[in-house]
Amino acid sequence: MSEETNGSAPALLEVEDLAVHFPITQGVFRGRTVGHVYAIDGVSLTVRRGETYGLVGESGCGKSTLGRAILKLTEPTHGRVRFDGEDIAGLKGEELRRRRRRFQMVFQDPMSSLDPRQSVESLLSEGLTAHGLSKGPEADRRRLRELVDAVGLPKGSLRRYPHEFSGGQRQRIGIARALCVEPDLIVADEPVSALDVSVQAQVLNLLSRLQRELGLTYLVIAHDLAVVRHVSDRVGVMYLGGIVEEAPSTDLYADPQHPYTRALLSAVPLPDPEAEDRRERILLAGDLPSPAAPPSGCRFHTRCPWKQAERCDTERPEPRRLEGAAPGHRVACHWAEQIRDGRIRPHHVDADMVDEAATLAVGAPEHASSVQEILGR
Amino acid sequence: MTALLEVEDLRVAFTRRGEPDTVAVDGVSFDVKPGEIVGLVGESGCGKSVTSLAVMRLLPERGNRVTGSIRMDGEDLLALSDSAMRERRGRDLSMIFQDPLSSLNPVIPVGLQVTEVLTRHRGMKKHAARREAAELLDRVGIPDPTRRLDSYPHQMSGGMRQRALIAIALACTPRLLIADEPTTALDVTIQAQILDLLEQLVAETGTALVMITHDLGVVAGLCDRVNVLYAGRIVERADRHELFRAPRHPYTHGLLGSIPRLDGPPGEELAAIRGSVNDNLPWAAPEGGACAFTPRCPRALDVCGEVTPLAERAGTRLLRCHNPVPVAEGAA
Amino acid sequence: MTSPRGSLRPRPPTLLDRRRRRVDELAEASGRSLTADAFQRLRRNPVAIVGAVIVGLFVLVSILAPWIAPHDAATAFPELQRTLRPDSIPGAQPGFPLGSDQNGRDFFSRMILASRQTLLVGVFATLIGLVFGVLIGALAGAFGGWVDTVLMRVTDVLLSIPSLLLAISIAALTAKPSQTTVIIAVALVSVPVFARLLRGAMLAQRESDHVLAATSLGVKRRAIVLRHMLPNAMGPVIVQATLTLATSILDAAALSFLGLGDGDPARAEWGLMLANAQAYLDVRPALAFWPAIAIILVALGFTLLGEALREALDPKGRR
Repeated sequence: MSEETNGSAPALLEVEDLAVHFPITQGVFRGRTVGHVYAIDGVSLTVRRGETYGLVGESGCGKSTLGRAILKLTEPTHGRVRFDGEDIAGLKGEELRRRRRRFQMVFQDPMSSLDPRQSVESLLSEGLTAHGLSKGPEADRRRLRELVDAVGLPKGSLRRYPHEFSGGQRQRIGIARALCVEPDLIVADEPVSALDVSVQAQVLNLLSRLQRELGLTYLVIAHDLAVVRHVSDRVGVMYLGGIVEEAPSTDLYADPQHPYTRALLSAVPLPDPEAEDRRERILLAGDLPSPAAPPSGCRFHTRCPWKQAERCDTERPEPRRLEGAAPGHRVACHWAEQIRDGRIRPHHVDADMVDEAATLAVGAPEHASSVQEILGR
Repeated sequence: MTALLEVEDLRVAFTRRGEPDTVAVDGVSFDVKPGEIVGLVGESGCGKSVTSLAVMRLLPERGNRVTGSIRMDGEDLLALSDSAMRERRGRDLSMIFQDPLSSLNPVIPVGLQVTEVLTRHRGMKKHAARREAAELLDRVGIPDPTRRLDSYPHQMSGGMRQRALIAIALACTPRLLIADEPTTALDVTIQAQILDLLEQLVAETGTALVMITHDLGVVAGLCDRVNVLYAGRIVERADRHELFRAPRHPYTHGLLGSIPRLDGPPGEELAAIRGSVNDNLPWAAPEGGACAFTPRCPRALDVCGEVTPLAERAGTRLLRCHNPVPVAEGAA
Repeated sequence: MTSPRGSLRPRPPTLLDRRRRRVDELAEASGRSLTADAFQRLRRNPVAIVGAVIVGLFVLVSILAPWIAPHDAATAFPELQRTLRPDSIPGAQPGFPLGSDQNGRDFFSRMILASRQTLLVGVFATLIGLVFGVLIGALAGAFGGWVDTVLMRVTDVLLSIPSLLLAISIAALTAKPSQTTVIIAVALVSVPVFARLLRGAMLAQRESDHVLAATSLGVKRRAIVLRHMLPNAMGPVIVQATLTLATSILDAAALSFLGLGDGDPARAEWGLMLANAQAYLDVRPALAFWPAIAIILVALGFTLLGEALREALDPKGRR
């Protein structure tokens, strides 16, 4: 989104070994825990000031949970989140509330994330009041008018209500609300996936313009690799609760190192018939395993066309930089070098049927949908 | 080759007492040849789903008016009796929906939902139908099909459900398959599997496929011919190579320019289309016509707000525009 | 294909021009809130209009009752009593449009004056029920945890008893039944209903995206509850309140009918009138007919209004 990443820019957000495990409970009262959904399991990442970090992954990979855990909207099970050098994972109550001014969120569904009973003015001024930024009604109104203008909403929007706007305009309201408290970091969770294609580009352009003008730092979370790669300086690819590859966005397309990244890249349809006819698809077999019973070792080994007999199913790979790879390009695969050099060939994988309901071998919960509900699928 | 399905001047208007009619589909014409994959592309509200439901005669009986003709083998589907249409649905033409979970009956095992079609339309006996059902599930790539026959929809993943739905749609080897956003609810890697499957099935069985989607990428890899819909009308139609190489309608052109490209340089400003569908003008109004896209169009002329553009044919391409994008610029 | 037309000569306004003007107008106008929207829908709904007319008439009559009613509710008239016998009650005659009741009082005046009692009981019972119900529901929904568990178990116990039975037991507990005890008994019945309803809606709001958005904005917890959760959760409660007005009136009438109502014979009350008319059903059925019709009509009016309100407030009906 912005110019080339400044490698020396100070880190604004540091996430270290973050984990979010949701207990699966059974029983009428409180209930006993019969298992855990490992939504996020040991994620580390760093977002530098002024850059855009993109998180991409399919549904159930935990990317949204990660975004919420970073913003302390979901309680992390363990791990550290340092914002501007200060650990916020342990903050609570009023202290946390006041700190929230500096990290804001833009939501996926602009309709449901705006209170339908509040006018735009009251939605926007709420942030000012909550953080004591109000400078009297006249000054506030002037400031909000500027803000509404800056995000490209029509004049007179302040007096209107969310349901009177189109989807793209509602997302602009959501962005304006995040901006009104002058944050440093904005976490955008699927900011354009609920919008029509022709409107997506408007919002993406707006986000990048605002970043240039206000020096914002973004963490963009999306399932659409093309969108993420377009807006981000660096991209982290998530699979089943962990980051499997992290790279500057140009390198990710030019030099994908993790088998999953390769499969993902080859699966994204290109709006170009010639390229579509030429390209070779890496079709993954089967479905995403349940995060309640993640595979041992490398989480991807059950579907990996490059899976080897050793290590893959026993040892969880750590992210590392390959020799000759771009700086900041890390991959979590035991055999990345061999795959890159073509020393290991992909082979056929039999689809493993994932039983959505009986993911827990023993004592499967009655409410079969709980796993998906937790993950917000 | 004669067309399998010919839709001519299809109009669907939703009527509500005390309110003016809402025209969802406004004179759409297209045809589908046997074994061909035809795309209907457009954004929400462009009328692509309503078109498909009208072809299947699945629109609610009340509250809408359907005119025009939908001919299959020369017979107008709109003129058929309800029971005759029921007979043809499933046998001659069937449909795959966007949300496989809500299109499958949640309390009946998947196998039974497949065999039901087989026993009803093909008059198969119970055991033969079960064998055939297992074969169908196997054909759409569901592992361990015999065991899966007894699974309930909620026990399957989204991708598997969509496969099961395709198996049901294929049960009577229909000659026309309509897929309404079949991969929108799925992840990209699963989407790739399903698209691959559909392409294979079309090649093997010679079924014609109408692919309804908002995703130009899906169309680019799959469809032979593409219809681009805007506000209930087809604004451009072309062979897929031609369409993507040189989009002539400003809407098609703008749509292609506004998609971030995976294989392009990141970070460039996207050529967004301004406004939203709320800004549309009516194609035809008592006060005079217009091009619906005018308020959003970067190439709009005075005439665009005054005269409804006609659909003009140039070779294999159909175009509805007063001021189309020149070929050279479109190819860039 | 077509070259741009020269537009030197003035041309009539096109669709596009008109559209632009309309957009400008809209920009000047103020937005319409959901409440205003719902109200407009309500005004267009014939069901709502019928309900509102019935309820309006009822309220009007009960307010103006002392002026409309030609006579007092308690006075027995000698001209009526003269012809009053156990096997014949005098019917309509000059000055007494509906004739006499079983005690020689003017039946018409009593019918009119009774509307007052009915409205009083209905409105107060519902209001008291609403206030306590909302308080309990809001507390449970806002705090969750053990507060929620305790409050909800109590309301569950109350809910598990059939409402009329509960009202009867409460009314029977008091030594001397009076109007106040009727109101309290009927109100207590509706408290758990309101509490449950609001708590459920509040919980749904708590999980909603816009509350999450407010939290992430750093809005204070109290403001989130009062500004975002409560107003959005009140819809079904308001609808329920309208419907409860109907059931409260019925419950109060039932209590009177069972002899647990206001003992004061000077006060006219439809339920009590209905109960007393029982003994004279074969002599003069009109004594039972009119109070029964009045109760049904008023309950119907409030129910229609409530249903229409539900339709108007239902977000799913919104386009």
